[in-house]
Amino acid sequence: MAMQQPAPTSWLHCVTDSDVWWSFKSSPTTVAAALATLFIFLMAFLAPLLAPHTPFDPATLSLSDGLKPPVLVSPDGDWTFPLGTDDQGRDVLSSIMYGTRLSLIVGFASVIVAMLIGITLGLVSGYFGGAVDAVIMRVADVQLTFPAILVALLIDGVVRGIISVQRHDEIAIFVIVGAIGLSFWVQYARTVRGSVLVEKNKEYVQAARVIGLSPVLIMVRHVLPNVTGPVLVIATINLGLAIITEATLSFLGVGLPSTEPSLGTLIRLGNEVLQSGDWWITVFPGATLAALVLAVNLLGDWLRDALNPKLR
Amino acid sequence: MAVSNNPPLLEVKNLRVEFPTRRGTLLAVDDVSFDIAPGEVLGVVGESGAGKSLTGNAIIGLLEPPGRIAGGEVKLEGRRIDNLPYEEMRKVRGAKIGAIFQDPLTSLNPLYSIGRQLVETIQTHLPLSASQARKRALDLLKEVGIPGAENRIDHYPHQFSGGMRQRVVIALALCADPRLIVADEPTTALDVSIQAQIIALLKRLCREHHTAVMLVTHDMGVIAETADRVAVMYAGRIAEIGPVRDVVKQAKHPYTKGLMGSIPSLGVRHDKLTQIDGAMPRLTEIPPGCAFNPRCTVRGQRCMVERPNLMSAGASRAACWLHDRGGVGAPVTKELVDA
Amino acid sequence: MIAFILRRLLQSIAVLLAVGLVAFSLFRYVGDPINAMVGQDTSMEDRALLRERLGLNDSPPLQFLRFVSNAARGNFGLSYRTSEPVGRMIFERVPATLELAFCAAIFVLFVGVPMGVYTGLYPKHWSSRLLQTVSLLGVSLPPFLLGILLILVFAVMLHWLPSFGRGQTVQIGWWTTNFLTISGLKALILPSITLGLFQLTLIMRLVRSEMLEVMRTDYIKFGRARGLSNRAINFGHALKNTLVPVITVMGLQLGTLIAFAIVTETVFAWPGVGQLFLQSVQFSDIPVMAAYLLLIALLFVVINLVVDLLYFVVDPRLRSQGGAAKVAGH
Repeated sequence: MAMQQPAPTSWLHCVTDSDVWWSFKSSPTTVAAALATLFIFLMAFLAPLLAPHTPFDPATLSLSDGLKPPVLVSPDGDWTFPLGTDDQGRDVLSSIMYGTRLSLIVGFASVIVAMLIGITLGLVSGYFGGAVDAVIMRVADVQLTFPAILVALLIDGVVRGIISVQRHDEIAIFVIVGAIGLSFWVQYARTVRGSVLVEKNKEYVQAARVIGLSPVLIMVRHVLPNVTGPVLVIATINLGLAIITEATLSFLGVGLPSTEPSLGTLIRLGNEVLQSGDWWITVFPGATLAALVLAVNLLGDWLRDALNPKLR
Repeated sequence: MAVSNNPPLLEVKNLRVEFPTRRGTLLAVDDVSFDIAPGEVLGVVGESGAGKSLTGNAIIGLLEPPGRIAGGEVKLEGRRIDNLPYEEMRKVRGAKIGAIFQDPLTSLNPLYSIGRQLVETIQTHLPLSASQARKRALDLLKEVGIPGAENRIDHYPHQFSGGMRQRVVIALALCADPRLIVADEPTTALDVSIQAQIIALLKRLCREHHTAVMLVTHDMGVIAETADRVAVMYAGRIAEIGPVRDVVKQAKHPYTKGLMGSIPSLGVRHDKLTQIDGAMPRLTEIPPGCAFNPRCTVRGQRCMVERPNLMSAGASRAACWLHDRGGVGAPVTKELVDA
Repeated sequence: MIAFILRRLLQSIAVLLAVGLVAFSLFRYVGDPINAMVGQDTSMEDRALLRERLGLNDSPPLQFLRFVSNAARGNFGLSYRTSEPVGRMIFERVPATLELAFCAAIFVLFVGVPMGVYTGLYPKHWSSRLLQTVSLLGVSLPPFLLGILLILVFAVMLHWLPSFGRGQTVQIGWWTTNFLTISGLKALILPSITLGLFQLTLIMRLVRSEMLEVMRTDYIKFGRARGLSNRAINFGHALKNTLVPVITVMGLQLGTLIAFAIVTETVFAWPGVGQLFLQSVQFSDIPVMAAYLLLIALLFVVINLVVDLLYFVVDPRLRSQGGAAKVAGH
């Protein structure tokens, strides 16, 4: 296709020459946040290759390795377990790497679910208007008054009521993705709906309708590109929130089970032995979680400002 | 004129206002000097971006950062005020220099009644009790022509029309009987029918209180009607300054001439209104020599390289080589070309 | 104004009914109310009889009506988990949650707003930049993690403050309070900070951006031109103009505080409604979930009404809507 003709170098040039790139380069905090995010992502997704242990394979565990402190703070440490071990003898570093991977998977998946639901409902609501619009937006209003965590808890509780506990552990990850996704769709729907309302009455849309283009095609061609920016910003900020929500649910014991622990689950497990002073089991996963969310939030803040020059 | 013999109330000398930006520092007001005598109305006219509002803001000490006074001095009653610390200058503002801004809709705090805003201003500057201050507020409202002032004093800004709000703003400026009022486009945001009333009110009040006014506007009609003297600004500098009649009838600067040619006057048949071609240069693109030279119809070689300062031209002073002995075509000295 | 309030009241009732419908659907169709009331060995006939007697065979609208009228009297049936009346279980725990949320709200208000004002007035000062950065950290730190860290430092390491429970409480009528004993007050400190910090950073950032916005307005500039003192401008004029958005968000956040109490109460073993709700989620104890949902909805609705009324107090433009607005014409 003709559109893909420009050589990759000129495409690269396009990127490095843009305002967004400029604002990225000129903010050291953002560059640091991006590097930190990249580092955590790599560490998490390459966990099977990089992690020194496979902490959730019971065959590799030995209770005699239990509760080893981190090497740098105590002479009792063992270099095979640089961040120490928990009471089951699991390597904290490896647990964190695998846990972060799960946290990220759940975070991304639920943001995508929320995005799909929100964009679809926003398009439908804005395009059809009338009663459909009214119902969707009122539901959005009511849901918005309830914090996401509450909605997610409620959904989880209902699912538990319908299916058996055993089944629940197997599908826990899907339940939690669905619950978080369902509790974050409102912002996308509102943004998309607003954009549809603006575009709907423009002449080219009317014209497209007159020459018989399908409404769906019009929406996809003209409305969606307009909302890419805002949706991306919301998605980045939501990624941080989704990770926090998942961690919170897992911490509360209604998220991912301890056989498949995310960062939140690890913190919960560590918290159970916190009173005895074995702080590293909790603090390291906690610090990883905080660093991850902080880095993602910093990127989100920056992206919002960079795509919205008016706000500066 | 009689007033011009008195010692000046306000002296502005070689005022420079700068804006540091990412692409270098912009000189928005460049070497501006003028006086205002007690009770005199000086009109400052120019296109937007000519630096007239900035000059006004610099005088009241409220340049918005990053703008700053980079040189020159401002004296009020012989005392320098451009370098006063914030707290000292605060006591000058409102007490000695009142200010009126462009938009009466946004100049008043929407959450407080106008009475409260008046009383607050009065008590800031005058040692009056609450009831005395309220009495004074009421008198001021009557003076600026608010009908039913006794009832209206406790109303909120949104309950007044634009013209009425500007009257309230004028009352606020007059709270402590200042010697000078800096009025920045006081009628621009108002309906045409209201504009004349507000100008008439301002004129009457200043005559009665013997208050001088620096009237900043882009509306030559308002100036012709109100001002004693006019300063015409162009690209951050004064192009011409002089008694209003001379400037209007016998403009000495080609820019002023163009400006006057673009105003229709009543009772005179115009075949066409003249207009100045082009637009005022941006601050980043001011040409060397006279800033007006790209648009000037009578420019000579000197105008392209050497910047004219104000020089006598009849009763006025104009920054144009036409009024220099050498004229616009005079040979240019070597050093100036290099500079 | 009265019409406005009436309209808001109607909207509130509609929201309550909608949430009631959700709660009812949960109550009636997700769980089986009968199972909670009878033992394993009850025969099918007895169950059917009970079903008939409880009206569970009536038409859904009629059942919903009965559910709503029962709920209005605080009757939500029996807990599946403990077989106690749900209404009483919740009532007993309400004071603990409300006192915790109240303390957190005070903390948010009296620390967050001044910090926001300060950073808004002096955005370039190094301490403002520091606060701004720290606040981003506050937003990124999940409350449960903060709670754990606070426990680790102040309870486990320093032994200054208790790590769980309400301490000693005093009973006043049906209300139990923490405010009258030293140990009760001490027990409140860590949970309140945990619950409040996230909202505090939100409020601080909001007040800051509103202050920055207001400080750019013409009436602030005109206030300076009138020679008003900095104090009058900053606190009299600027702060008051930031109040409307701040009240809105505070109102919403107060609801969020109560919901987030679920997490804080779990971390600190605080015997409040949130902890009860979490237990009910884990056991799929539908009646308790339904009742909690309605309670939260009621709280939100009441808070929103109060917020709407506060608008009228703060903003004269709303007070005179209709009547005096017409005077404003030329």
